[in-house]
Amino acid sequence: MSPINKHAKQVLAPIASNKRVGIYHQIIVNIGDLAQKCKPGNFVAIKVGGDNSALVLRRAFAISRVSTSSATGGTMELIVSPGGQGSTWLCNLAEGALIDIVVPLGTAFGVPTEPVPVLLIGGGYGSAPLFGLAEVLNARGSRVDMILGASTSSNIYAPMEGKRAVNTMRIYTEDGSAGQTGRVTDHLYEQIRDLNVAVVYSCGPMSMLSAITTITKALDVVHQCSVEESMACGIGICMTCVLPVEGDDGTISMLRSCIDGPVMDGSLVSWDQVGKSL
Amino acid sequence: MTAIDFSTTIGSAWFPAPTFTASGCASSGRELAQFFPLREMGGVVTKSVMSRPRPGRPTPRMAETPSGMLNSIGLQGPGIDAFLSQDVPYLVEQKARVIVSIAGETVEEYSTLARKLRSVSGISAVEVNISCPNVENRGLVFACDPDASRRVIDGVRRTLGGELPIIAKLSPDVTDLVSIARGVVDAGADGLALINTVLGMVINVNTMRPQLGGKTGGLSGPAIRPIAVRAVYQVHAALPKTPILGMGGIANGKDALEMILAGASGVSIGTASFGNPTAIMSIQSELKQMLIDRGFKSLKDAVGYAHRGEEVDSE
Repeated sequence: MSPINKHAKQVLAPIASNKRVGIYHQIIVNIGDLAQKCKPGNFVAIKVGGDNSALVLRRAFAISRVSTSSATGGTMELIVSPGGQGSTWLCNLAEGALIDIVVPLGTAFGVPTEPVPVLLIGGGYGSAPLFGLAEVLNARGSRVDMILGASTSSNIYAPMEGKRAVNTMRIYTEDGSAGQTGRVTDHLYEQIRDLNVAVVYSCGPMSMLSAITTITKALDVVHQCSVEESMACGIGICMTCVLPVEGDDGTISMLRSCIDGPVMDGSLVSWDQVGKSL
Repeated sequence: MTAIDFSTTIGSAWFPAPTFTASGCASSGRELAQFFPLREMGGVVTKSVMSRPRPGRPTPRMAETPSGMLNSIGLQGPGIDAFLSQDVPYLVEQKARVIVSIAGETVEEYSTLARKLRSVSGISAVEVNISCPNVENRGLVFACDPDASRRVIDGVRRTLGGELPIIAKLSPDVTDLVSIARGVVDAGADGLALINTVLGMVINVNTMRPQLGGKTGGLSGPAIRPIAVRAVYQVHAALPKTPILGMGGIANGKDALEMILAGASGVSIGTASFGNPTAIMSIQSELKQMLIDRGFKSLKDAVGYAHRGEEVDSE
């Protein structure tokens, strides 16, 4: 095993700001020098609910963006959907509240050595970490195009400032309330081919990642996807967040999405076998 | 800080502190070593290993529950050979004290595993996990059958000889835990690990099917702590000379002290580490301070202290 979490630290960190953005919350956390160690794709595990909470497990959130130059030191941005008890608690915290975090965790998106055209695909607020990635890729000279999809317009996360690093952005909603009616994969084959895309990056529901992989495999294009599987610990000790992944020798084994992911090579994930016995 | 003898023993094995990982809750040890030196706790109880590599059960494998969680891992692991060549040397190099946990599908598999441990240096004790709830056939949970439990421990004891202490890990999902505990101690167990997870289920009301891929799972966390305290208390009352590794929802020093007072010689921490990677370190220092505050000169004096004045069964 690679020492993948070698920079991870458990710290109490203050919330710098907490703003509602549509149905989501944008939460900025002061993490000081740890911000320099966070790469697009990494995640943070946060203790939720307070000291006497019945919620015993940490919650994992993708880091959408980091800033190392802010006046208060390094910060990380999280886009949180107040769905469950833990995320709702987090979204209700006031500025200045201290949260117990373990960061940075997991694998990061690999950045190509050459400035090749890339396509970023986000489902729902899975788009959040792609904006930080877009800035990195754009700064490296890559042409960055983006496709976002969701069931309905309110679930699309696309901040104005995030679009600066993106050449074009296509939006799909299943109910047609924003952009085109349909799914991100509807014209994906043609778009990858026409833009001469070398790497597809994606983050969103597993069904979307699986559907994208079918297309990227057919076109022989690299697909780096950020997977999600329910996690108890986020640090590799509980073995709950596993996915069937093909190894170098062709055998499929259950790898942890927290340690060997969340960013994985989509072509190696055995999507058909997710949720089945090996 | 006032001096206190914080050490504990299980059979012939000595540990400088009474704090351990719970099997299956520390993976290979490397993951936790990121957060604190493994040698600073009493010992690492490794993830129960079987003869051959095992993929485990399908996902979802986890469901959070009030003050707890259900897991359904199904003993995913590399198999004994890879484990002994890769994981044990790492732990020994870290100067961690190692309790190797083994699990088998048959009485013979346990003996085969024990045989492989005989020549391995750096192991303090062997935990014989006869109570994993996440197996396809519930009939395989040896710890639910007094006779099967005895046969497993007897086989391991014969194979190991008198060298390594054996700790039998038992299930709370039985009618008469004391008789099963007595049986495995008679068969040669030096200590007991109490308790394994409690069999449970969550049904997802959206899909209207069981939440876990394996349908049932093992419940852990503070939700099961009173069950664990009761189990340790009952077994210690019946077998006061048998060291017990107490576990089940220990999340702070107070919880650990409760388990020690009930009769545990040491405590294992599992689910708390999922929520807090440094839980074992804080539990350890809190427990030590609470013992000192109560005037104990040694941990051993506190073991079973809640039983004082009671009539004790003869062992």
